[in-house]
Amino acid sequence: MEALKEELKNKIITTLNLEDITLEDIHDNDPLFGDGLGLDSIDALELIVILDKDYGIKLVDPKEGKTIFQSIETMAAYIQANRTK
Amino acid sequence: MKKTYINGVGCISTQKTFDTVFLEEAVYNQKDTVFTLVKPEYKEYVSPAASRRMAKGVKNGIVASALAMKDSNTEKVDAIITGTGMGCIEDSDRFLKNILDNNEEFLTPTSFIQSTHNTVGAQIALLMQCKGYNFTYVNGVVSFESALLDAKLQIEEEEASSILVGGIDENTDYTMSLYKLAGFVKNDQETPFDVLKETSTGVVYGEGASFFVLENERKESTYAQILDVEIINSLEENEVETEILAFLKTNNLQISDIDAVVLGFNGDAHFDSYYKNLARNTFAQTPQLYYKHLSGEFNTASAFGLWIASKVIQTQEIPNIIKVNSVEKPAYNTILLYNQYKGKNHSFTLLSK
Repeated sequence: MEALKEELKNKIITTLNLEDITLEDIHDNDPLFGDGLGLDSIDALELIVILDKDYGIKLVDPKEGKTIFQSIETMAAYIQANRTK
Repeated sequence: MKKTYINGVGCISTQKTFDTVFLEEAVYNQKDTVFTLVKPEYKEYVSPAASRRMAKGVKNGIVASALAMKDSNTEKVDAIITGTGMGCIEDSDRFLKNILDNNEEFLTPTSFIQSTHNTVGAQIALLMQCKGYNFTYVNGVVSFESALLDAKLQIEEEEASSILVGGIDENTDYTMSLYKLAGFVKNDQETPFDVLKETSTGVVYGEGASFFVLENERKESTYAQILDVEIINSLEENEVETEILAFLKTNNLQISDIDAVVLGFNGDAHFDSYYKNLARNTFAQTPQLYYKHLSGEFNTASAFGLWIASKVIQTQEIPNIIKVNSVEKPAYNTILLYNQYKGKNHSFTLLSK
């Protein structure tokens, strides 16, 4: 689980071009959107693609995203439970 | 009919053209076939949160436009017009590569958003909250002149009183590798390059962003008046002089009235003869300037040329590094710029003090 979290943080930093953010800046329970990392709706699309492309998870209901993408912790837990690759 | 004045300039290029006066730190790189940009401190102009979705061309455009606005002491413009030959090619490359690598699946929006040619003008407008006319010309090496001509016409016709005009292009490793395969870029083994004495084909490439605030009134910050801009797609070598004479005549000028001519020499032996003929004959008694040995060649390199010409008129000095000949004039009040690439897309721009 810890390895997955670190992997996710790396993917987020690279894919979303978070140039000034390091792994240490992203805490497992910090909100990804809004006050936390400050991601926006375009980033949400990038995260959905990461789930699909890297973990074989297709989000059928977009509303699910709100819960899944709350933090690194929730995202990692969802991936671990649902990944197909 | 209103006149068009260059009241502010901003330039980000392969030379240190910011935080300097006029090429005092310029270096003639004769070893590299592709020049890279001297980066400004982007964070001073755009927040890290905003810049993460900006291609380098966008960031350079934002900085160059901010410098031009500051230089002209202007806070708002009526319109923004940009010219770019290749747009934000780095992200276009990335987007297309993603399509291929992922078998047309998993396409994300970021590279696509960044890859469109009008992104630079759009981002500048967003930052400045400029809701006026916003247009981007993508016309090869006359992209910038097309933007300039549009701006001049709009000011003359009183459609706008102040317009931000710029030329932006960026280079990428992938595009340059294709250009090398196509023979557009000089062979690495042929160094040192000397743009004025080259006998081989191909050019040294560069990148940059140059912006100008054009207004309908003369101010303390005025560099020059833009008298005329002309674009001609095709000209034979022996037709250029006649065309220039006719262009000058329309502006009630003749060759002897030109205090300096800025020529687009790029070191391609096949096509620099267009400039050499003029340098040896028509403008033999005129101070001649060149600039692509400093900026590299790219679709909007001529915007760097306009920046040079504007600076010459403002400072009344010609740095040695841009001199083609040693002819001098007591004053540099009227300057003609001539550019072409591979014998196509010829442009003539006429400035006066």
